[in-house]
Amino acid sequence: MTVQSSNTRDLMGLSLKEYELILQLLGRDPNDTELGIFSVMWSEHCSYKSSKKWLKKLPVEGPHVIQGPGENAGVVDIGDGLAVVFKIESHNHPSFIEPFQGAATGVGGILRDVFTMGARPIANLNALRFGSIENEKTRHLLGGVVAGIGGYGNCVGVPTVGGEINFDPSYDGNILVNAMTVGIAKKDKIFYSAAAGIDLPVVYVGSKTGRDGIHGATMASAEFADDSSEKRPTVQVGDPFTEKLLLEACLELMETDAIIAIQDMGAAGLTSSSVEMASKGGVGIQLDMNLVPRRETGMTTYEIMLSESQERMLMVLKPDHEETARKVFKKWDLDFSVIGSTNNTGYLTLLENGKTTAHIPIDPLVSAAPEYDRDWTITSSEKIGNKISPPSSITKALLTLIESPDLCSRHWVWEQYDHMVMGDTIIRPGSDAALVRVHGTKKGIAMTTDCTPRYVKSDPIEGGKQAVAEAWRNITSVGAKPLAVTNNLNFGNPEKPLIMGQLVGSIKGMSEACKVLNCPVVSGNVSLYNETNNEAILPTPVIGCVGLMEDIEKSITLDFKATEESIFVIGKTYGWLGCSVYQKLFSSISDVRPPPVDLIKEKKNGEFVRFLIDNHLLTSCHDISDGGIGVALAEMSIASGIGAIINTTEDIPIHNWLFGEDQGRYIITSKDPNSIISSSKQHDIDLEQIGKTVETTLTLPGSVSIPVTEIKAAHTRWLPEYMGTV
Amino acid sequence: MSVAVIVFPGSNCDRDVAVAIEAATNVSPTMIWHQETSLPKCEFIVIPGGFSYGDYLRSGAIAALSPVMHSVVDQAKKGTPVLGICNGFQILTETGLLPGTLMRNANLKFICRDITLKVEQNTNLFTSEYKSGEVLTIPIAHHDGNYFADPETIKLLESSERVAFRYCNSNGQTTKNSNPNGSINNIAGILNPEGNVLGMMPHPERLAEKLLGGSDGKPFFSAIAKAINL
Repeated sequence: MTVQSSNTRDLMGLSLKEYELILQLLGRDPNDTELGIFSVMWSEHCSYKSSKKWLKKLPVEGPHVIQGPGENAGVVDIGDGLAVVFKIESHNHPSFIEPFQGAATGVGGILRDVFTMGARPIANLNALRFGSIENEKTRHLLGGVVAGIGGYGNCVGVPTVGGEINFDPSYDGNILVNAMTVGIAKKDKIFYSAAAGIDLPVVYVGSKTGRDGIHGATMASAEFADDSSEKRPTVQVGDPFTEKLLLEACLELMETDAIIAIQDMGAAGLTSSSVEMASKGGVGIQLDMNLVPRRETGMTTYEIMLSESQERMLMVLKPDHEETARKVFKKWDLDFSVIGSTNNTGYLTLLENGKTTAHIPIDPLVSAAPEYDRDWTITSSEKIGNKISPPSSITKALLTLIESPDLCSRHWVWEQYDHMVMGDTIIRPGSDAALVRVHGTKKGIAMTTDCTPRYVKSDPIEGGKQAVAEAWRNITSVGAKPLAVTNNLNFGNPEKPLIMGQLVGSIKGMSEACKVLNCPVVSGNVSLYNETNNEAILPTPVIGCVGLMEDIEKSITLDFKATEESIFVIGKTYGWLGCSVYQKLFSSISDVRPPPVDLIKEKKNGEFVRFLIDNHLLTSCHDISDGGIGVALAEMSIASGIGAIINTTEDIPIHNWLFGEDQGRYIITSKDPNSIISSSKQHDIDLEQIGKTVETTLTLPGSVSIPVTEIKAAHTRWLPEYMGTV
Repeated sequence: MSVAVIVFPGSNCDRDVAVAIEAATNVSPTMIWHQETSLPKCEFIVIPGGFSYGDYLRSGAIAALSPVMHSVVDQAKKGTPVLGICNGFQILTETGLLPGTLMRNANLKFICRDITLKVEQNTNLFTSEYKSGEVLTIPIAHHDGNYFADPETIKLLESSERVAFRYCNSNGQTTKNSNPNGSINNIAGILNPEGNVLGMMPHPERLAEKLLGGSDGKPFFSAIAKAINL
């Protein structure tokens, strides 16, 4: 069968120009299999062809960075011979088509990216975006995604400790499911994917290959139209039980000296894993399709190479170590098959029934992948929208905010995730950052995911900065030192200059924030073409941030601890309501500037907070973000059942003071107000004393006392009711 | 003296429970792979939580037929204390060492959170370090924890003091609202007639250390230490 009609080329997502380049590289017409391999390797998903130019501008280095972007996950030194390994990855397109399996296999894929490097996963996080709550499909998608994430992570036995969820009509046709895994490895036992050396056995382990997920990477590189449900066969089906076995088997084999290179089969399956390993090692690779474990008969080279069946790994072993490896995988009841070897030809050679079915030079397949310098324009809102009329009642405004879909409690979600398995979860979901102990040590890893898409939409550069700043602040709030970030850049169609401008702008903002805050980007993922019928999602550059707590006993949480403690705000409150949740719920103003991010102040305030925590001066700490001081105080009350009496001397309207979203701020409580005040003077920090903790009611300026039980009821009501599971 | 922890493919609380046992007893438990056909000499056997065999077919059903379980059943019948937590409880009901079954949670969802649990009596070897009627905070994390048995079995369990734990509110009352998964009569853990086999859905090993948010699970492991020293 030969194709090469423009129809087939289109089906495979290649442009005419790209096709002509293939002809030139091969010096002949490609056959279907070869065309399919080029198609997936050059898909946006695998080649980053629209974003590569800009990704290179991100700061990726630091004294503690062991491995930056370009491997399966980033690796950062945490001292004592240990390293933290982490990455975030999107599974947006499949999750919209089939939410349970799409989300489940997203978790599976990111777990493999981390344990492939020799790390034991210690936690999962996620960042989710759904369409309007009025959209009939939202309920089904939210329920399916949460069940899928839980179903997979719970079974593998890795706690899901954090995440975020927002709703916006722009996600109606393209939900976002970004999954992050954090693992711990020995610093001198990191495994990489470069298959250096020739005549070495190439080994396939894990599940058998089926016909699922063929061309998943191509599907994830295109816009949706109304026929997206027809793409269901491109979605993979996950088996977390096999993943658990694969995890244990790989880590067991990694204890020996058998592995030269290892790579999981993720997007574009056997194709991208074999090509990447060979390319990084500078070798050729020959694979015999007849030796690939298959679960269906009659599979062609094309189907085997493009399948995205889950829970599979490819390894290159040292000669004479095959038997050691075979024994480990037999113990765990997993397939183990030597399917080929490395060579010095520089070609990917595929055999089926003794005949060559594909013969492609590896270097151009990887390095000649097109790279586009797409047109871009950054558009930012100019108007400042801080003058919004006050609410009829501060009390009602607070309750409306706290029970709104964007700010209400997510306990309905995280209670479906096992967030305690492995016995090291020190700070659970619902906090600024989760904290997970490094097993058997005093150290903890703090972790969070963050992005405020409405800010990015209004101002891509400030929004990009803010995503990093908020993640950094969240890590700081528990007392940990932020180390590095991973990013997941979710945007619409990059062929449109406005969308490309969102991508470029947010990368600029992120880069600046990462540099100033000393938090390099060590891994990441790009998901473009999140559009349906020409409607793009809000720009959503999600940041996953990881920090180190040297002594977990010093960490603190956001709940008030006792009555009669002093409450302060660190950082200056100007009352910036533009682009705030308050503005969204209580005004018709739109297209205004988000709060500016002063990175120097951000850093200074954060370092001050860590200093206070380190010196045992704080009893609780909470970063101020969506909903401002009012919502932050309510959350501290809800988590503890303890109330507060609050006042301000700032000369701004009360609702601006309470609900403004100025950046770089924290609420702290202390038993020792004098030390806080004197330290803040020494460090030249903006500090406002705003009140004290009291029993059971929260009294805000301009408001009556509200029982904490009433605030809690409002906070926990909406989501279970919406999901119909009260 | 030694403690054996049985490990199936898919077990995932084996390490957690081993940590809690070691902290309480100073003895590092022996981890027993499911394919072993005999058990080493041990004074206490633990079947940990997790998803043995991926919970395929039915939670615990395949694990109950695993080679090692024949020896576990033999040992249990000879009087060795056997503790099954979560998936371990499901496996014990599948082997027939304990009556009844664990159905899907009433809300059909996986539930992971702290719940309050009432110690029904402290006359068995597992709860000897608690007071009768004591209310504990212990997490649950399961999809299939909805205990069910026929009315005669329930009657027998209750009349012979074989209900070890019940879900309750913070005042110790076993109300409908304090029942997280629909279990009959809020039953969270049961004993065999001889009192040497306990199955329970809650995870005491997850709150046996203050840093993790509470230590109500700790006396449970102190009791094991006491039991194996006897």
